[in-house]
Amino acid sequence: MRTVFKTSYDADINLFRHGAQFGWYALLLALALLLPLGVSTFAIGEMTNLLIWAIACMGLMVLVGQTGQASLGHAAFLAVGCYANVLLQTELGLPFIVAFPLAGLIAGVAGAVIAMPMTRLHGIYLAIGTLAIAILTDDFIVVAAPLTNGVMGLFAPDIDIFGIGFNRYANPDRLYYLVLGITLLVVLLYRNLQRSPLGRSFAAIRDSEISAQAMGVNVARTKAIAFGISAGITGLGGALMGHFAGIFNNETFNIIISIQLLLAIVIGGLGTIHGAFFGAAVVALLPQAISMSRDFLGQFLGGGSIAIPGLEAALFGAILIGFILFEPSGIYGRWVKIRTYFELFPFYRKDMFRRQKSYLKTERMR
Amino acid sequence: MDVLQLIVSGLANGCVYGLIAMGFVLIYKATEAVNFAQGDFMMLGAFICLGLTNAEFMGLPFWVAVPLAIVIMGAFGYALDLVVLRQMSGQSQIAVIILTIALGFVLRFAAGLIWGHEPVSLQSPIAGRDVRFGGLVLGLDEIAVIAVTVLMTFVLWLYFNRTKLGVAMQASSQNQLAAYYMGIPVKRVQSLVWALAGMVAAVAGILFASKGAIDPSVGLLGIKAFAAAVIGGFGSLPGALVGGLIVGLIEPFASRYIAAGYSQIMPYLLLFLILVFRPHGILAQVHRKKV
Repeated sequence: MRTVFKTSYDADINLFRHGAQFGWYALLLALALLLPLGVSTFAIGEMTNLLIWAIACMGLMVLVGQTGQASLGHAAFLAVGCYANVLLQTELGLPFIVAFPLAGLIAGVAGAVIAMPMTRLHGIYLAIGTLAIAILTDDFIVVAAPLTNGVMGLFAPDIDIFGIGFNRYANPDRLYYLVLGITLLVVLLYRNLQRSPLGRSFAAIRDSEISAQAMGVNVARTKAIAFGISAGITGLGGALMGHFAGIFNNETFNIIISIQLLLAIVIGGLGTIHGAFFGAAVVALLPQAISMSRDFLGQFLGGGSIAIPGLEAALFGAILIGFILFEPSGIYGRWVKIRTYFELFPFYRKDMFRRQKSYLKTERMR
Repeated sequence: MDVLQLIVSGLANGCVYGLIAMGFVLIYKATEAVNFAQGDFMMLGAFICLGLTNAEFMGLPFWVAVPLAIVIMGAFGYALDLVVLRQMSGQSQIAVIILTIALGFVLRFAAGLIWGHEPVSLQSPIAGRDVRFGGLVLGLDEIAVIAVTVLMTFVLWLYFNRTKLGVAMQASSQNQLAAYYMGIPVKRVQSLVWALAGMVAAVAGILFASKGAIDPSVGLLGIKAFAAAVIGGFGSLPGALVGGLIVGLIEPFASRYIAAGYSQIMPYLLLFLILVFRPHGILAQVHRKKV
């Protein structure tokens, strides 16, 4: 294990812990940049999808992983971001480069406004409140048909930045680079948030609301800000999702999507940026993996490809149950354990990552 | 007369919501966990009863199949706690919520695989018969639903407030450690609560299935029942029934007097308002936490 010798206070909040870490991430970035040279157009499309999901997952991660507030309604903010982005472009004629950040801002403000009355709630009540918002948004899109075209849905226009077109089918590589760039910006924002006083007060609220209050953190305001930032990033993800899908309606952002988003970050590993990417990979690639293995099985068994309805959701659920029971810290947590095992070999002990168990106490009187 | 008819059908629907909500509340009261798969429990209970009694499956007599289905669901709940949820003790509420959501996906898939995705209805002796009061035509199934629900609420309320085991269940959620000290077998008590929730879900499912057709995705009704539980006040059994009735009554009236599209929204709008203005429900049981 590499021991970092900190000689200044700033060393504690550096962007990278040590030089080697920077090297590894630079290598990863180089790989991501070179990817379109090596793989097929289809694979690039899948990678773009993965990155978009990663943005949405990071949005939810700010709220759930960083601040410790559960939300079952983030599909609502995906929808707000997506509709705002497309409507600003088609109705007001704004270019993508203006409409896109504006869409994030609108989603963020919507998140903060919705959060204000709900910051009094915590735990399951918050989860339920956000669930209600997701369902209300779904229905609102249908009711506001003159603007949103209801269940018929809207077409997303092609992205156009200073005359350069980005289309999923015409030039997938360009769209990939655009999404990669946005993802990098969001990662940087997230990382900086973690190192700032605001990010630390998020963590304080997550770990104990009462002690955060005692340390002088304005709990209600900080929660509302967390909601706002989270909804904003998720809105950006939603806007990209709309462009990627091409056509979307209220069903694109139903309650199942919010649940899937939450499940993704749990599978990936709560509270880390890596977790958002791992979770996004599972959500984005699982349908393809299923259909591929089904074709393979079909050929192998001699019959055609068999379609079983609901298999995807069930498999997703089963994977999730496995993770919660056996590896609650997610894929990233497992990776950290494996890494530590090799770094400390042969001194790794089984109880090194043991979690503290607590006994249950209720706030109810009877 | 029209209004009366709306009220009765709304009440019958509301009773089913109330019964599912009661399952939520039972588990919440005793283990402080929220079972998002309660709607799918109901679906499973309905399908088990249907599989036992319908002619195309096993064809047992209805009055044999009903207790059998209830017992099977009870055993299912107990086993689920024993195998899966006991591992979760000491982890956050959110982890349990996510786990039960995932469980719901799996249950829906399993039911679809066994009984198919086509809507089927339960062949019960109470389905499709009418009772007349003057000019009022009421379905026997609707009356049965209302009667059974009121009875169940009363029995469960008595059980929680008057019997030793019921009080033990409350104690084990209020302070687990203290309950251990008092000699309450907390783990077994929690498994029993899950069994009880499974049985209540089976009753709800059987009543729901004899009112109309069911298919595996009917478990999503649980979300509406969830709204009902919160409106009434999470943690209060009569509250769950009240919440269920409110949701059940709002729906037909909203679709009749406002606009059809709004009947879906109303329960959640109400839920949102309740959460903002009275965060712990109509019959609240939470007081401010003292440090």
